[in-house]
Amino acid sequence: MSEQVIMKSFPKPSEVPVPEGAEGWEELYPYFLSFRNLSGSEDEKFWFCDSQHWPTVYKPFETIGGEFAVKCLGQYNTRHLLIPPANGIEFKIHLGYLYMSPVPVPEDQIPGRVPEFEQRAGHYFQNWDSLLAGWKDKVRGTIQEMEELTFEPLPDMVPIEDIIGGVAKDGSEVLMENYDRLIQLCYQNWQYHFEFLNLGYLAYLDFFTFCKEVFPGIPDQAIAKMVQGVDMELFRPDDELKKLALWAIELQVQSAFDNTDDVEGTLAKVAALPGGQQWIEAYEAAQDPWFNFTVGNGFYGHDKYWIENQEIPLGYIKDYIRRAEEGHQIMRPVEELVAERDRITEEYRSLLDGEAQAVFDAKRGLAATAYPYVENHNFYIEHWTMGVFWRKVRELGAVFADAGFWESPEDMLYLTRGEVRDALFDYVTGWAVGTEATGPLYWPQEIERRRKIIDALSTQRPQPALNTPPAEITEPFTMMLWGITTEQVQQWLNADEGDDSGALVGMAASPGVVEGIARVVTHADQLGEVQEGEILVATITAPSWGPIFGKIKATVTDIGGMMSHAAIVCREYALPAVTGTGKGSTTIKTGQLIRVDGTTGRVEILEEAA
Amino acid sequence: MHDTQYIQFFDGGHAADIEILGGKCASLVNMTGAAMPVPPGFAVTTNAFRMFIHDSGLDATIHRLLEGLDPDDVDSVDTRSAAIREEMILRPVPDELRGQFYLAYHDLMERCQGEVPVAVRSSATAEDLPEASFAGQQDTYLWVTGLDDVTDAVRRCWASLYTSRAITYRLKNGIPNEGLAMAVAVQKMVNAKASGVAITLNPGTGDRSKITIDASYGVGEMVVSGQVTPDNIMLDKVMLTVVSEIIGDKHAELVPDTATHRLIEREVDEERRGRRCLTDDEVVAVASMAKRAEQHYKSPQDIEWAFDADLPEGENLLLLQARPETVHSVKVPELKPVPGSGGFSFGNLSALAAAAGEAPLPGHQHGHDHK
Repeated sequence: MSEQVIMKSFPKPSEVPVPEGAEGWEELYPYFLSFRNLSGSEDEKFWFCDSQHWPTVYKPFETIGGEFAVKCLGQYNTRHLLIPPANGIEFKIHLGYLYMSPVPVPEDQIPGRVPEFEQRAGHYFQNWDSLLAGWKDKVRGTIQEMEELTFEPLPDMVPIEDIIGGVAKDGSEVLMENYDRLIQLCYQNWQYHFEFLNLGYLAYLDFFTFCKEVFPGIPDQAIAKMVQGVDMELFRPDDELKKLALWAIELQVQSAFDNTDDVEGTLAKVAALPGGQQWIEAYEAAQDPWFNFTVGNGFYGHDKYWIENQEIPLGYIKDYIRRAEEGHQIMRPVEELVAERDRITEEYRSLLDGEAQAVFDAKRGLAATAYPYVENHNFYIEHWTMGVFWRKVRELGAVFADAGFWESPEDMLYLTRGEVRDALFDYVTGWAVGTEATGPLYWPQEIERRRKIIDALSTQRPQPALNTPPAEITEPFTMMLWGITTEQVQQWLNADEGDDSGALVGMAASPGVVEGIARVVTHADQLGEVQEGEILVATITAPSWGPIFGKIKATVTDIGGMMSHAAIVCREYALPAVTGTGKGSTTIKTGQLIRVDGTTGRVEILEEAA
Repeated sequence: MHDTQYIQFFDGGHAADIEILGGKCASLVNMTGAAMPVPPGFAVTTNAFRMFIHDSGLDATIHRLLEGLDPDDVDSVDTRSAAIREEMILRPVPDELRGQFYLAYHDLMERCQGEVPVAVRSSATAEDLPEASFAGQQDTYLWVTGLDDVTDAVRRCWASLYTSRAITYRLKNGIPNEGLAMAVAVQKMVNAKASGVAITLNPGTGDRSKITIDASYGVGEMVVSGQVTPDNIMLDKVMLTVVSEIIGDKHAELVPDTATHRLIEREVDEERRGRRCLTDDEVVAVASMAKRAEQHYKSPQDIEWAFDADLPEGENLLLLQARPETVHSVKVPELKPVPGSGGFSFGNLSALAAAAGEAPLPGHQHGHDHK
């Protein structure tokens, strides 16, 4: 086996073919994000693709999420906490996808970091609850400030009050300051994002390693279940919709939900019914903050948020009403989940004797305190912060569109964030000097050219990794966050040869075995096609897909580990899940009869589509 | 099935009263009640025995025959023992008891989806237990088929209370004959399609978070005696998920030959050999039962189990024997330090957190926030 490890390699970056029509793609991204400007080390280091967070090709502006996230992850390992064995993660964009390479700490520097790490991590672990309360205030404050930023077209003339008041500024500075501030506020919450995350994972990893030691072969999902939160903020948006569905039934306003694609019409119909006003009040109360929820993962400008696309939550409510009326229990069985968690914990605990039991209690306690953050932060940052961020980006995009820079507000995503700054100055200059800005003459063709390149890049799936992998993956974050283990890398390398049974193999993420009809979903817009009782096959799922988990029998994803969203939600809904199959969504076709074994991590195609 | 004062099914939900059921049946009732299903069957209670000897006038006969008997007069003991046992087998059983027995037997056969052989065993009550086996009171009749033969076997079990050895033993030990009673177990013979053993730990390491199953086709003897290589399956005890499995070759199986009432060995075809002899659900069912046995007896168990071909799915897993596992259960898995990269281990993270409430860390003003 070890021989194979040495022999086999992923392609070098330069060996991956550039899709036709994507030539010159490097120019779309900032200079420091492409491999070509490294001093040869691009062919030496092992890079893996993070298609878990960035499954599709970046438009130039969208690199902001990857840059901020991975940079901020690194700062906590390297500069805040001094995690003894691990620095941050280096990142590059290749052919539109994000590749990462963990940066280890040289062996001789590890011991020196230990006292610093213990002091810093110790402070957090000892004051977890109060620090976390402060974290929420900080994050909400950032979001609040972001909400208040405005992007308005410049007026024809400076208001007379500003003349009289001696302001002596034309207001363009507000537009530019607000743009800079928007970027800074986004950056600020990404820094906060990692304040607790790395520690949450560390606490989990600590308990995980202990369990693997004392209960060799313990299923990963058992460990996850012992520390996973049950009453989670990440599940709140979905729970709110369920409550609204039950409330609609109680108030007998169900009839108003016949066409939820018509948002205004639906809400007007509800309001006109007796008791409808009460429902509308509850509906509006639930929106802040819980409708700041995306059907995507927060990293793309095209992600749709419930608050701006209310046909999505209304459609889910309609579906919940139907299911509740058919007699289904739609609320999550929270008490049962808690009881099951307690049973599992107690049974493992009782297998240990006094001393080991005390260690188990301490480690599980810490992980159970710290771990829920790993799931909950997602609502605050990826959903809420990024929801507001992308909305503001579109507002600015609309100002440009009105000024003739490009056609639709979203076209701004084809600029890098530095170029947007330039375009702003171009816009205010044209306005100030009383002539036409250059942008309207330059950007429309340039955006079309870039769009063709992005479309061409999108025709090709990323390589799972680049260059020669190390014989063994030992870096804890790589394993925990991305599920990149020695076995996983081997599986990728052997993917062409295939399993002799023809089955797809992935992570046994949520137990159980079912057979059913596959529904392949590669984009959130296709969620409406999912039928009751089908098996969802997706590149990756997002927490906001929650409502369809009540409808499906099992989930198969291309990407993600034990702690991916699909895995967490499926355990919550007691649905079998196999994650990280690598090619489930491209191998399986909608309509095929498949068998998903979430206990062993295998997926088989049983019959072709009828 | 309806339990009466004369008949109690093992799974009838009644208390395991040893006075009424005898030791053997009481234990079968107890196991069934603890969700460790033994082969289905029923007890003919001590009340039935008493009613029979009373209504038939046998009690007076027995009393008369045993009066003044000298335990050292072997010939006399033999003659009278034979006389009593003959009466036990010949005297008519009262209609009420006969009717209830008929219904019970009929119910049992229905559950087994056809007329199947049963085992008939005596089940002695408490006062006889300590020396019961010495006293020859453990009669067992296997592969008994048909109402007449089964009835006859029950009577023979009753009669075993009056073997020469039993009579002599009681006389010598001053145990009175008045109030003696015997219960009888009528229990389906196991027709194993697959069987084996399960241990509620990993016998390789003593790790108690595992359940290990050895399973093969047919009756379990070949597994126990090592004549076949069984499928070896290890599960996580808490989650009941398979941790590892090795498919054994299972070249042969022992199956009952109903005509001769014997077990015959036959070859297992290639296809069945190569696959696991249990389905996923069956594996989990065996492990669950082993786990229940461990919980019931409060110590690691080594159980024998079988899937019965005659019983409907869901009721076909049977517990044949449970005994404490003594070889490995004394071992406690060692706690080894967790290796980390660069000699660093995150192993003391929880110790960092546990410092809460104690002295604040140097350079930090606040300790733990008490609410």
